[in-house]
Amino acid sequence: MTSIALERHPVAPPEPVAADRPPRLAWRAPAASIGWGLLGAAVTIALWQLVAMRAPALPTPAEGFGELARLLRSPFANHGPNDKGVGLQLVTSLGRVLSGFGLAAAVGIPVGLAIGASRRAWQAVNPVVQILRPVSPLAWFPIWLMVWKDAGHASISVILITALWPIVINTAAGAAAVPRDHRNVAKVFRFDRRTYLRHVLLPNALPSIVTGLRLSMGVAWMVIVAVEMLSGGSGIGFFVWDSYNASNLAAVVAAIVLIGGVGVVLDFAFLRLAKRVAIEEVVA
Amino acid sequence: MTLRIEGLHKSFTGRRSSTQHVLRGVDLEVARGEFVSLIGHSGCGKSTLLGIVAGLTAADRGRVLVDGVAVQGPGPERAMVFQNYSLLPRLSLLANVREAVRSARPDRTKAWADGMVERYLTAVGLWEHREKRPGQVSGGMAQRAAVARAFAVGPKLLLLDEPFGALDALTRARLQQQLIELWGNESDTETVLMVTHGIDEAILLADRIVVMANPPQPSIREVIDVGLARPRDRASVVDQPAFRTIQERLLAVLGEDAVAA
Repeated sequence: MTSIALERHPVAPPEPVAADRPPRLAWRAPAASIGWGLLGAAVTIALWQLVAMRAPALPTPAEGFGELARLLRSPFANHGPNDKGVGLQLVTSLGRVLSGFGLAAAVGIPVGLAIGASRRAWQAVNPVVQILRPVSPLAWFPIWLMVWKDAGHASISVILITALWPIVINTAAGAAAVPRDHRNVAKVFRFDRRTYLRHVLLPNALPSIVTGLRLSMGVAWMVIVAVEMLSGGSGIGFFVWDSYNASNLAAVVAAIVLIGGVGVVLDFAFLRLAKRVAIEEVVA
Repeated sequence: MTLRIEGLHKSFTGRRSSTQHVLRGVDLEVARGEFVSLIGHSGCGKSTLLGIVAGLTAADRGRVLVDGVAVQGPGPERAMVFQNYSLLPRLSLLANVREAVRSARPDRTKAWADGMVERYLTAVGLWEHREKRPGQVSGGMAQRAAVARAFAVGPKLLLLDEPFGALDALTRARLQQQLIELWGNESDTETVLMVTHGIDEAILLADRIVVMANPPQPSIREVIDVGLARPRDRASVVDQPAFRTIQERLLAVLGEDAVAA
């Protein structure tokens, strides 16, 4: 009886002693959050339905999810370059994002550490970073296309540029925030460059490095769709553009849902990594 | 090992370009084997002075000579214990001491370094806790690790910056005892320069006490000889008339300074 009453009235006064709480309440909070989440999704879909009814050119939710189900029935089918399963397209895009992201990390972390640790390096690099950072990474596409003469390589290079700035800036911020005490210890005990990097600079910068990686992964996943719409040929962005050209907006909607889902998974993975790094910090 | 400080000047420029003269012509000579305490109110420049001797900060004028050689930067013959333990949080206590010794003494073998690490971690009673990280031990244990780290380098001159200020009274007393034993019997460290806020701590540990005054007064206000025989027993030394006299003198000098400031 009590539990039913509590569920009906979420603002019911809490139990006086936390330890005596019935176990039922332990999953009440997640259950409620799932309920509210479902409500939000339902409202969104209802609005979509309303708009679609007014604009016949747009697919209805039923059409969109129907297309999604159809696409997911054979995601890895390969019927030549112009008819690839959506799973294959996502894998292509993910491969490009991870390549560009990996290169950006390989370049951005050392550069970030250097400019975070040295005022002169910061003064030299900062103006360049500040000018280039607000530029849409797509503006680089023609240059990379001329350099590589290959749309795939050019796309990876655009992702490299995209992912570079958040990694550089966050790594630099972390490296610049090494506590003075730690720097003094390194000086008094005359740590060489390697020991300083390994035991002072990197451990202090690690949480912000992971933050930078997470941010840049998010932006890279957004930008890859646009790049592939521009470059054509393959990838989930190309799939979106190709579906539009085939007047199949339902497939575009389905692709949007899929792109969003993959983005959430990527972000979650980095969030987990960030938590692990942060917890280590607290224990230490 | 002798320490000679000659005509040291140091000023800092504030945000509103106001210049704060922290050290104004400091001269001090510390003989081999001497334990000298620097005492004074916050802002009197005692930590700055220690930083200059350590080679962390450059002086504007004047020089510091260690065995007749001018200090240019940190060196293996000087080691420091910092105020806030300053252990690296992701390394175990063992790794903290080991990395410091290996880095500070590249002239020595790894075996020598490992021997020193074990010797001093054992001396401060931390050998069985060596795998713990600084965050997993008490403040007292962390500061003992920091003391072990400084001694394990094998310095001739030990610099201590308010080493026990953050500890409770009982822990502080134990660490003071340990410090004196390490300095007196267990190490080759000859000379100690310690910044402190504690009047009793200064009298209990030091051979001489340098009282520093707040700017704009002259930096060194008075140097007091502590004539108490060693070993000094914490409980009984307080009752000696000499202890009382020095205590009253220090209180008077620091009290005047507080009024003047």
